[in-house]
Amino acid sequence: MPETMIEAESITKAFGSTLALRSVDLKVEAGTVLGLLGPNGAGKTTLVRILTTLLKPDSGRATVAGYDVIHDAVTVRAMIGLAGQFAAVDDLLTGRENLELVGLLYHLGSKERKLRADEVLERLSLTDAADRLVKTYSGGMRRRLDLGASLVGHPRILILDEPTTGLDPATRIDLWQFIEALVADGTTLLLTTQYLEEADRLANRIVVIDHGQVIAEGTANELKDQLGGNVLEVTITDQDQLEKAAAVLADLGHGPPSYDRAGGLITLATDGKAEMLLEAARRLEENGIALDDIGLRRPSLDDVFLALTGKPTEDLPGTADTRQRLDPSGVL
Amino acid sequence: MTVLDTASSGASTRQAPSHSVTFGMTLVDIGGITRRNLLRILRTPRLLVFSSIQPIMFVLLFRYVFAGAIKVPNGLYVDYLMPGIFVQTALFGGASTAVGLAADLQGGMIDRFRSLPMARSAVLAGRTIADLIRNVVVLVLMVAVGVLVGFRFRASPGSDVAGLALVLLFGYAFSWVFVTTGLLVKDPETAQVAGFLPLFPLVFASSAFVPVSTMPGWLQAFANVQPVSVTVDAVRGLLSGGAVEHWLWQSISWGVGIFLVFAILSVRQYRRL
Ligand SMILES: Nc1ncnc2c1ncn2[C@@H]1O[C@H](COP(=O)(O)OP(=O)(O)OP(=O)(O)O)[C@@H](O)[C@H]1O
Ligand SMILES: [Mg+2]
Repeated sequence: MPETMIEAESITKAFGSTLALRSVDLKVEAGTVLGLLGPNGAGKTTLVRILTTLLKPDSGRATVAGYDVIHDAVTVRAMIGLAGQFAAVDDLLTGRENLELVGLLYHLGSKERKLRADEVLERLSLTDAADRLVKTYSGGMRRRLDLGASLVGHPRILILDEPTTGLDPATRIDLWQFIEALVADGTTLLLTTQYLEEADRLANRIVVIDHGQVIAEGTANELKDQLGGNVLEVTITDQDQLEKAAAVLADLGHGPPSYDRAGGLITLATDGKAEMLLEAARRLEENGIALDDIGLRRPSLDDVFLALTGKPTEDLPGTADTRQRLDPSGVL
Repeated sequence: MTVLDTASSGASTRQAPSHSVTFGMTLVDIGGITRRNLLRILRTPRLLVFSSIQPIMFVLLFRYVFAGAIKVPNGLYVDYLMPGIFVQTALFGGASTAVGLAADLQGGMIDRFRSLPMARSAVLAGRTIADLIRNVVVLVLMVAVGVLVGFRFRASPGSDVAGLALVLLFGYAFSWVFVTTGLLVKDPETAQVAGFLPLFPLVFASSAFVPVSTMPGWLQAFANVQPVSVTVDAVRGLLSGGAVEHWLWQSISWGVGIFLVFAILSVRQYRRL
């Protein structure tokens, strides 16, 4: 039986009248990656703070490596590495000094501390900047240093809160590879993210939370299957006809279509197959709507997320998210 | 590392916490945090310079503008003034304790520290100790400024050192008030303003700059017993070789009381973050 490294049972947490978490359950097996997915305000950071002993739950129980996060907090802290949502590094220390301070606070000996700082700097490609003050670092370098700080204590369990938010695509892919290498070494990882692509690539299992509740969980494929069928994607030539086109297609799907105005793109979850594709093309033609592109594809995690939460996820930087929900009944 | 009891089986055999923070580790943690804060002070030299200019202005203002108008019982006004300036400087310096802690809270450093297996008390202790060391430097500077404008030590060396030590210890005790403030208000700008609030009545309605006997009766009742007055009077006695009477004990009692109350309050607040 695989060992459970992180376990949360019926965790509840309120801030005043805001219910941040309502009875959340979660389990991460040793050596696996759990992606915790959810829109802004879903409760991801709150859950991370509880699992890392920073916050006490109102009720429920959580253990890390079998140790209770409240009663054995110091032991839990000795086992985990945390990189929070916002890089927590000291601007007025150098990168190396930051890491050596963390090493000291893990009670590593002075030789080991230096060695470990060098190692971590090397692994995160920060060696050249090691002796510069952090205030001269770019945002991506700060993030990497912050991740580095969470590795100093050789944690078997790593908890990362939105580790790649705000990074450029190349740096993000670097970091993914780095994280994959850590996991290959046997590290257990809990990772929160708003990027489905990230969860899809890194996570063995995904838990989707919204409004403080788990609304879906499973592997990426299971979640996609849960949505069922296919996704119809239609790109039309004239963006002014977007609403009309969406309304014409609405009853072909099992849910309201969503659309991206700038790209003239309509997306619709559907059970239909090739006949449905022909039907869609015929209807659009009959209504005098010119097409750039039409096709069926497997749902992405984005579609799953959208279907589950009613909210689009944040797209990768650079592609402004203009997708909205459309109520077909209100169009014509 | 995790130690499992192999003699008996079952999930409930996990042993007691395998990791705890020993006293030695606590000292190491305090040392690490203190060093970090001292490095921060050294790397913002402009802040140190500008925060020293303010007390120097006070010296010049009182020494040359108000001195003629203020009559002190015996001796020179400059000898009366400087002990008050020393105490004021040590107290005002504490505002940086509140600002620094609030900034650490806002920037996430405190979260980082709290997620490490370190002694919880070390973050607060390391902060106040670094600020105490900064206060030593600033006090030396203020003594030099005092001597330049005519202040003289008139007691035995032992008594002089005791006087300066009292300034620093009282400042240290009071810095825990700023720790509590910083942890409560949680943002550096507010901490800056809020930190000074209790200081104004304590420093100005005291014997620091003018004899209490020149104040209206109702104010004298407050000014005679409050911690800053008794400390300034004790320091004045120690530095001038005059009588310290009951002031020294009152000052030490206040200092110990303030330290205990606010250290407990701030540690409680820190736990609750
Ligand atoms: N310290 C706090 N005081 C009051 N409310 C809070 C506090 N921390 C979180 N909340 C509230 O709890 C809810 C969950 O917040 P949380 O930070 O866990 O969300 P999140 O999923 O991490 O969001 P994001 O993706 O924006 O980081 C939100 O409604 C938030 O406003
Ligand atoms: Mg968050």
